[in-house]
Amino acid sequence: MSNLAVLPILIPLLAGIFSAFINKKTKMVRIFSILVSIINLIVVSYIGYTIFQNGSIILETGGWKAPYGIVLVADMLSILLVITTNIIAVACIFFARKSLSQQQESFYFYTFFFFLITGVSGAFLTGDLFNLFVFFEVLLMSSYALIVLGGGKIQLRESIKYVLINLFSSILFVTVVSFLYSVVGTVNMAQIAERVQEVEQKGILTTIAILLFFVFATKAAVFPLYYWLPKSYIVPNPVVSALFGALLTKVGIYSILRVFTTIFVYEIDITHQFFLWLAALTMITGVIGALSTNNIKLIISYNIIPAVGFMLMGIGLYTEASISGSIYYLLHDMVVKGTLFLIVGAIVALTGTSDLRKMGGLIHHYPVIGWLFFVASLTLAGIPPFSGFIGKLLLLQEGLAQDQIAIVIIGLITSLLILFSMIRIFIQAFWGEKDDTITPNRVKSRAYAWPIAFLVAFSVFLGVGAEYVYPMVEDISAYLLDPSQYIDSVLKE
Amino acid sequence: MSMRTNDLILRTTTILIAFILLAFSVYLFIAGHNAPGGGFIGGLMTAAAVVLMYMTYGFESVKKIIPINFRYLIPVGLLTAVLTGMGSFLYNEPFLSQTFAHFSHIPILGEVELATALLFDLGVYLTVVGITLTIILSIANDQ
Repeated sequence: MSNLAVLPILIPLLAGIFSAFINKKTKMVRIFSILVSIINLIVVSYIGYTIFQNGSIILETGGWKAPYGIVLVADMLSILLVITTNIIAVACIFFARKSLSQQQESFYFYTFFFFLITGVSGAFLTGDLFNLFVFFEVLLMSSYALIVLGGGKIQLRESIKYVLINLFSSILFVTVVSFLYSVVGTVNMAQIAERVQEVEQKGILTTIAILLFFVFATKAAVFPLYYWLPKSYIVPNPVVSALFGALLTKVGIYSILRVFTTIFVYEIDITHQFFLWLAALTMITGVIGALSTNNIKLIISYNIIPAVGFMLMGIGLYTEASISGSIYYLLHDMVVKGTLFLIVGAIVALTGTSDLRKMGGLIHHYPVIGWLFFVASLTLAGIPPFSGFIGKLLLLQEGLAQDQIAIVIIGLITSLLILFSMIRIFIQAFWGEKDDTITPNRVKSRAYAWPIAFLVAFSVFLGVGAEYVYPMVEDISAYLLDPSQYIDSVLKE
Repeated sequence: MSMRTNDLILRTTTILIAFILLAFSVYLFIAGHNAPGGGFIGGLMTAAAVVLMYMTYGFESVKKIIPINFRYLIPVGLLTAVLTGMGSFLYNEPFLSQTFAHFSHIPILGEVELATALLFDLGVYLTVVGITLTIILSIANDQ
């Protein structure tokens, strides 16, 4: 018995409820949310510490034994992702007080923010497929509210597309869960895994697996289901974009990772091979999108997609090193996408335009933001001392070892093009003649720079401190590749 | 404003029907443990009764009778449900554990079994009432 596993869900839920009472008192709700986010980060890190010391925490809610009740499984992978989520949440909440208008803040921004964190943490922690659906809905409902917050014309248009596509994939999710329930007779992930293992994924189970992949692929923006993502992620406030870019697609990737390393692992030739092709196409199309535009928000938004391709490639290769690569890339990408969206949001707020052709010479006015952006771009592209490198290296090495030359080449070219798309922003927006007519807004830029620097520091730690992080990731990947460990710890056999 | 219409029949029947609806919704809410019903359907029924009153008597007069901002019922209901779940922390039980007890000296009803699941249902009830009325009233008051 340990209620520790539910705290990452409960603290933001309670915080969301309380901030709904005090939404009109902007100052109070700000201080309250900042305090709660920091407390939550500390609590979650403590839980993480306990898990790495004593093994995973299984909470059977309501005291019902595992296959009958809902279980929350806080293992190393989920808690690592929850900690990363909360680090991003802390940076975003500090950024929010400068980038949101008074009116947006008083219209329940903080409530929906905390409900989003509740949904994301819940999706990472749950051990039950239907409960995963419920937490998906919790985070999607909050994201619907956040995407339309402010009510701009373009926001309304993009949110309709966003809601429609997500509603459709949720309907498909329920349908797939009902298929799976009618075949295996349970929704508990450990018991599903056990039963699928017994029949060695015969018959309709592979079809269900691919349908389930399509559900998660829509959430994670895998080719050809990514078309809704780029435009809808740039319309809300920069803080909201950062939260979406850092968390939402990653929940989809996490679900694919969990389901295709724990449950459906007996027809690798069909499922995982299929992932490799999709991963390659996702990388290419995503990076072409990033090169096609001069809107800096859209460039960052398109860059989410090739990253999803890299993570999917690791799952497709399905070896210990490639899964570690995917997990490392997942952690790195959550942080770096949050950072980039915040930086771009700051640039747009400071210059008043998102068109690359109208910018220039920003480094003279805002050197700190400029260099933070430079570091974040190198991290994203995977230049050695930074965190993107380790994940990518593991993935490419493993691709070569498995003789998947095509995808390795595509991966390398994609990385080059990602670097090109990022450096293009750096050269055009930051370099150039100093424009003396602009008076830089130093107070505002300093307020923007702090949360960004916090995230960049964490991202640099992920790269430079790989010696501390990598062994954990390796343990997780060994644990994921041996589903019996997960099944035994949940079902207590 | 347009001419006042004579809606005596509507007003008189609403007085009767609204009370029957409210009583039925409370019945549904309490019956939930052993018969069809529960917090969700009970809450919807209560909201239906209140909406009927709004339709008959208008926004201002109902606001005078029920001086609650329904928007606050949503977090109150959520809080009730979450705190019921967290009550198990005090007894060192897993989250959302429930318990029940028999009470024999309750007037009129005699012996009853009361479960903490009823408190959770109360949270659901309040949230459903709050959400339904918030949606309907904010659409109705739109300019």
